[in-house]
Amino acid sequence: MTSLVVAEHDNIEINPATLHLVTAARACASAVHLLVAGCNARSAADAAARIAGVEKVILADGASLGEGLAENLAAQVLAIAADYSHILFAATSNGKSVAPRVAAQLDVTQISEIIRVAGDDTFERPIYAGNAVATVKSGDPIKVITVRITAFEPAQALGGNAGVAHIAAVADTGLSCFVRREVSKSDRPDLTAAPMVVAGGRGLASTENFSNVLLPLADKLGAALGASRAAVDAGYAPNDWQIGQTGKVVAPQLYIAVGISGAIQHLAGMKDSKVIVAINKDGEAPIFGVADYGLEADLFTAVPELVVALSEAP
Amino acid sequence: MKILVPVKRVLDYNVKARVRPDGSGVDLANAKMSMNPFDEIAVEEAVRLKEKGLANEIVAVSCGTTGSQETLRTALAIGADRAVLVQTDADLQPLAVAKLLKALVDRERPMLTILGKQAIDGDAGQTGQMLAALAGLPQATFASEVRIDGDLLEVTREVDTGRETLRMRLPAIVTTDLRLNEPRFVTLPNVMKARKKPIDIVTPADLGVDTAVRLRTINVAEPPVRGAGVKVPDVATLVEMLRHEARIL
Repeated sequence: MTSLVVAEHDNIEINPATLHLVTAARACASAVHLLVAGCNARSAADAAARIAGVEKVILADGASLGEGLAENLAAQVLAIAADYSHILFAATSNGKSVAPRVAAQLDVTQISEIIRVAGDDTFERPIYAGNAVATVKSGDPIKVITVRITAFEPAQALGGNAGVAHIAAVADTGLSCFVRREVSKSDRPDLTAAPMVVAGGRGLASTENFSNVLLPLADKLGAALGASRAAVDAGYAPNDWQIGQTGKVVAPQLYIAVGISGAIQHLAGMKDSKVIVAINKDGEAPIFGVADYGLEADLFTAVPELVVALSEAP
Repeated sequence: MKILVPVKRVLDYNVKARVRPDGSGVDLANAKMSMNPFDEIAVEEAVRLKEKGLANEIVAVSCGTTGSQETLRTALAIGADRAVLVQTDADLQPLAVAKLLKALVDRERPMLTILGKQAIDGDAGQTGQMLAALAGLPQATFASEVRIDGDLLEVTREVDTGRETLRMRLPAIVTTDLRLNEPRFVTLPNVMKARKKPIDIVTPADLGVDTAVRLRTINVAEPPVRGAGVKVPDVATLVEMLRHEARIL
């Protein structure tokens, strides 16, 4: 049995999510191959070949794969799918768009957002926004899977020495075309990979307060910035900051929730963080139910105080 | 232009899911059921397109038990013109639903099919993409903006790195994200009107679709509970704890 990992990358570098995928793939099958489908993606493929535990890297390089269009990427995976027992995608916006297309065309079920591999055909996955965990068993010959990245440790980025095999890129299906991408520019660590996350909720009350109150704390810690759905809906923070059932799932070493009440759907996205700190003036807020350290206080005084306290020597 | 809007009946989003003690699933007996919130956004978007004169008929469809008629009535009250219930008591999984919808797409020939990006019960997030693949149609997932110009569709999507815009020719499949729109409140007169709108009932057999379960659920359990920690009195104590107890700073 061999697993195929569909790498997340930007043609130059491998996205850290891929390292977690490799760990999940090794739990499914003894051998792991990794597909890098992109355009001018040679350096991403070379980086993939150095990941410990990867036996072979397959590089499909062509214009049709440059923008990650789901229809073309699915066709590329389908071109080699028959050789594999498991095909794993990250549960990212890309992976979630492509994996179901692959599964449907193989006429197999897809197993979404697994958090544990219990056997080569048995997996655990959260349902009902993480309020229940289902153990599911697939009877299909090929298991098409999306993986909740935070549930698996990353493989070593270095130490492997896989060969890179080239295959022809699929022709453009012509079904959809890329128009533009508005990437939120930031020097901060990536939200899903950052060891520390500072997240703000509706309690911040404005975009200005996100910059004036939350930003200095994130800067002090070198943390990524996140937000609750309420804060994003209110326009205080951009959509790609959203943490929760329908946004990003994070599990950093330290998660500081500021002015976040802790709706079920938000908790689903952060409750696997190692240490959770909550700062909220409502002592009854559900966020305190999962916080290791809760501070019942007005965030507008507590957060600046915290920034000062962190600047002082221990 | 005709728009098809698949909707799912799910446990109401305000109700906490209770796991059955025997591990066989989530207890839905006597629980409040509602339309999947993402599907409600899909119905609203279809109605707005019709109000702009870009569509002339909206067909809502649901796959499930007779109880799903209630969900279809909600879609009709928001503004769908007619509905189709694919009636079955079977446990339907996304691949089976996608096949049923594919059969309806072949029958109804909609220019646009718009549905939620995921249902808040199974959290699978597969049906729209599977339907697109089976029907050989382009897809735009996680839509936050939908623009139609003739037979061209432009969709802005919420993706992990920010926003992305795709263009495709209709017919196409769109899945909705949270910020596409805010669904309207259903008014009583519209509820009354919806009662007179037709619901056509078909079965999976009528559509020639095998809905056999492919992914067997062995067990459903409560997630591990994360215990509450301590409340600290002030910022100084918090920093002290983070440094010396949690050793995180």
